[in-house]
Amino acid sequence: MDEIQKKLTAPSKASREDVTGRIISYTCIAAIIILVISILYFITSRGIATFTTNHVSLWQFLSGKEWNPGTLNAKGQPQVGALPMIVTSFSVTILAALVATPFAIAVALFMTDIAPKNGAKFLQPVIELLVGIPSVVYGFIGLTVVVPFIRHLFGGTGSGILAGTIVLFVMVLPTITSLSVDALRAVPTYFRSASLALGATRFQTIYKVLLRAAMPRLLTAVIFGMARAFGEALAVQMVIGNAVLMPRNLVTPTSTLTSQLTTNIGNTIMGTLPNNALWSLALILLLMSLVFNLLIRCIGKRGEIKS
Amino acid sequence: MTAVGSTALQPLVEQAAQDYQASNKKVNLTVQGGGSGTGLSQVQQGAVQIGNSDIFAEQSSGIKANKLVDHKVAVVGMTPVVNPSTGVTNISMAQLRDIFTGKITNWKQVGGKDQKISVINRAQGSGTRATFESAVLEGKKAVTSQEQDSNGTVQKLVSSTPGAISYLAFSYVNDKVKALSIGNVKPTDKNVTTNKWTIWSYEHMYTKGQPNKATEGFLKYMNSGKVQNSLVHKLGYISIHDMKVTKNAKNVVTK
Amino acid sequence: MTPNQTDRIATQVINVLVLIVVLILMFLLGDIILNGFPHISWHFLTSPSSPFSAGGGIRDQLFNSLYLLILTLIISFPLALGSAIYLAEYAGNNWRTGLIRTAIEVLSSLPSVVVGLFGYLLFVIQFHLGFSILSGAIALTFFNLPLLVRSIEGSLHAVPDTQREAGMALGLSSWRTIRSIILPAALPGILTGIILSAGRVFGEAAALIYTAGQSAPILNYADWNPTDGSSFLNPMRPAETLAVHIWKVNTEGVTPDAISISAGASAVLIIVILLFNFGARAIGAHMYKKMTGGK
Repeated sequence: MDEIQKKLTAPSKASREDVTGRIISYTCIAAIIILVISILYFITSRGIATFTTNHVSLWQFLSGKEWNPGTLNAKGQPQVGALPMIVTSFSVTILAALVATPFAIAVALFMTDIAPKNGAKFLQPVIELLVGIPSVVYGFIGLTVVVPFIRHLFGGTGSGILAGTIVLFVMVLPTITSLSVDALRAVPTYFRSASLALGATRFQTIYKVLLRAAMPRLLTAVIFGMARAFGEALAVQMVIGNAVLMPRNLVTPTSTLTSQLTTNIGNTIMGTLPNNALWSLALILLLMSLVFNLLIRCIGKRGEIKS
Repeated sequence: MTAVGSTALQPLVEQAAQDYQASNKKVNLTVQGGGSGTGLSQVQQGAVQIGNSDIFAEQSSGIKANKLVDHKVAVVGMTPVVNPSTGVTNISMAQLRDIFTGKITNWKQVGGKDQKISVINRAQGSGTRATFESAVLEGKKAVTSQEQDSNGTVQKLVSSTPGAISYLAFSYVNDKVKALSIGNVKPTDKNVTTNKWTIWSYEHMYTKGQPNKATEGFLKYMNSGKVQNSLVHKLGYISIHDMKVTKNAKNVVTK
Repeated sequence: MTPNQTDRIATQVINVLVLIVVLILMFLLGDIILNGFPHISWHFLTSPSSPFSAGGGIRDQLFNSLYLLILTLIISFPLALGSAIYLAEYAGNNWRTGLIRTAIEVLSSLPSVVVGLFGYLLFVIQFHLGFSILSGAIALTFFNLPLLVRSIEGSLHAVPDTQREAGMALGLSSWRTIRSIILPAALPGILTGIILSAGRVFGEAAALIYTAGQSAPILNYADWNPTDGSSFLNPMRPAETLAVHIWKVNTEGVTPDAISISAGASAVLIIVILLFNFGARAIGAHMYKKMTGGK
């Protein structure tokens, strides 16, 4: 009786295996979550020190235009206005995404619907290769090719939002393209067949069926590209000019959050206001990255293709 | 033993450390960059044994300088450089100040071509900028302009931007940029040693309190003829043994 | 305009856009490889770098990059695999899973300099790992994880559910099913994912400046004992990688031939990544053939 009861009620080999499997995969996910929480906590705790320890008002930080954390202004308050950097970061990000999207979608369509055989064979490896080019090299080419070119066309120094946009455009192109390819491939073939069977031309099919069906995932692709552009530092730093000034037009030197952070973090003393203020910039970057990801999640949820 | 800090000083210390370890097998030395601020913060916290810095610890807020011991290992001279197209080779200190504070905006005001001046500054808080501002600006505030944080990038930008002016350590001056004389004094090592050329600074290696045996051994080596008479020159620095004047943290120069 | 004309015009527009992109790509690759290729020589690849005189090579940097890549993969791959299995096979479709996914994705869009400083303060200083390949590998894991998790999860999802059902029908536990049915089927995709993420690791600089460091001490390639200070296998030694080297010679390099070193090193980097990509494709195709028995 006991023997049989044991045999029947004791966990089988299979269920024991299952427990092991669960433990392994749960441990991995827990480890990653600890990593994420630790970095979030770390940046947040340092980033808010500007406001809690140095008593800078949040509003002053977000709306001020003077960035000179080492010195005090006439009223005896530190000059930590991050607005010019916030504006520039958003400008280069949005402009780069605006320029890159048509190109990326065109390339994606080319690879999925116009010339799937040769397109995928030739374009895919090259686009993946672009992801691997170090940002330093992009920055260097930006500095030696793009900046002089802009200077030649518009005068001035050549550094600025336009140069940053061009460099970022090339850098986010592979990201947006490869995600757009996935988006278009996810549209079931019978959508295409149905449209073509109704006598629609290829362009009508692309425009009225494909792009619409894939729209949410295409948007996700663009936002992914923007997130990459927003956080890019080394390449942008070399071409943006790093002057904390409100951008008056596209070709005056200005500064992004990342370029300011990279340029000055090594020169500041830990625990002092200039250092804390830089961590606050990092905190803005982190929050924006969260916002981008939440956007992706929301759009992704609405746009799942139901089959 | 770890030395962290100034990227400008890193190549010198790195090479010296390699030579030193070749004859002292027991010593394990790591030399890294990270910037002067990082070097000072970390040596103050005791996370590293040596903090390399381009500036006096006294000049950095947030650093308790009395806890740190200064070891000066080299002198670096800096010179204003311009794009060769400006046609200027010599200016006065007052003109230089006016250019960097934004009062003079065209090269023809200082005897050059009719060309807009574009100022390229160094990163706020960097040692190079602190040295230049204390020697040139007399406490006035520099005009907000482009900032670059490395000698290499500044050199490339000045050589390619018409009308550009910035400043570089002597060793980064090449034939694509023009080094300016100030009041007819040429930027040479010899003029630095007598303080005729006033834009220069020390390269410091800070320790927290008196260094321990191993660290002291290496610092002595840095100060020895072996390093001072050959390596220091090869890397474009000026040996501290050649200096005929000294400068303190308040920028007062004495003979 | 008839729909047919619109169709033709639209196709032309797409072709032109693609052509522009291709031209940009060709220019970039051409610029990097043509500028760098003349500087690549056996001597350049096999001699150590020199801090201030001309004629230095990139031997140690190249090795460091590869070694760092391997260490990063050793740390990040098991973590990513476990997490991807969790997300693909165990996680329910609810807000908690969404939160986890968002958290992982946030890692990939963090600016690398921030991750570098985090790694510096936590691993280098707090955990006393020092400037070392290990610290660098941990910092790079932050970037690598999201890419790996996403691609592994994708490959797992791509395995048809019928395979899972078949495993269950045979009375296998779901873990056994995953291990011996799903994983092998997903392997080509996983491999491709790993190799492609390697490109990002190879090209990263900002996160490494503060963790793996920017000095390349002399290495002893005959010393196979990983605990020796000068052994090339020692994971606790500081290591400047190729991308960091390019950054360094471009910013503070005092060598007279900085420009040609930077160009040569960039070209080497691109060529290595190119080899990775072709390798990924070849291995993926080979494995697929082997596993499916198809042609």
